[in-house]
Amino acid sequence: MKIIAVCGMGIGSSISLKMNAEKALEALGVTAEVQALDLRKAQNEGHSADIILTTDDLIPLLKDLPGKLVEITYVWDLSEIRQKLSSALGK
Amino acid sequence: MFEVLDAALGEGSILLQQSASSVEECFELAGSALVASKRTKPEYTNEMLEVFKDLGPYMVIAPNIALVHARPGASVITTGLSLVTLTQPIEFGSKKFDPVKIVVGLSAVDHDGHIDLMAALSEFLVNVTNVNFLLQATKEAEVRALFR
Repeated sequence: MKIIAVCGMGIGSSISLKMNAEKALEALGVTAEVQALDLRKAQNEGHSADIILTTDDLIPLLKDLPGKLVEITYVWDLSEIRQKLSSALGK
Repeated sequence: MFEVLDAALGEGSILLQQSASSVEECFELAGSALVASKRTKPEYTNEMLEVFKDLGPYMVIAPNIALVHARPGASVITTGLSLVTLTQPIEFGSKKFDPVKIVVGLSAVDHDGHIDLMAALSEFLVNVTNVNFLLQATKEAEVRALFR
């Protein structure tokens, strides 16, 4: 299982997404690697990701990736991330 | 646990109760505070604005809060933050979180050396009491006291 957390520059919201995704996965009892990536890297190297976490503005720019796109409204909201990851994982 | 924020906000990086009349002026304020506190070179300010023009208002990360930044690179001297509070809220074009009342500037030397800083920043700003405190603060010392 590989999850990528994507934001424009890879230093802001993607870091928060990654941190909260790791907490959520732990709570869900799922082992997965979570990597924070900037948009360009994600577009070029994100093909192996099973799940792509990102915010609404960037969703259209990541549509070509084969993984499941999960839109997060508020990257600091752990409960939103836990809920959406859980449903993306079929839990 | 917020000492890391205190350390990331260098001397000259906190600008309270500022008046800005546009998004550009918000970037200028946050960028100049990063420059004043020796975290970035002046070019970084324009790089941040270019990201906004390019990718839109996704940097409005939370209700009323913009986390403005460009990418790690030659314009970054070291990792740091700037903090700007606005007297007049500014529309960044974010459907979910406008208007912006707090602008946080971020510089980072790489992609993963500031994870503790982001953890502290989010933990601090996710708390509405802290946000409201920042919004009414007029003195840098009261803000720093909250971090210590």
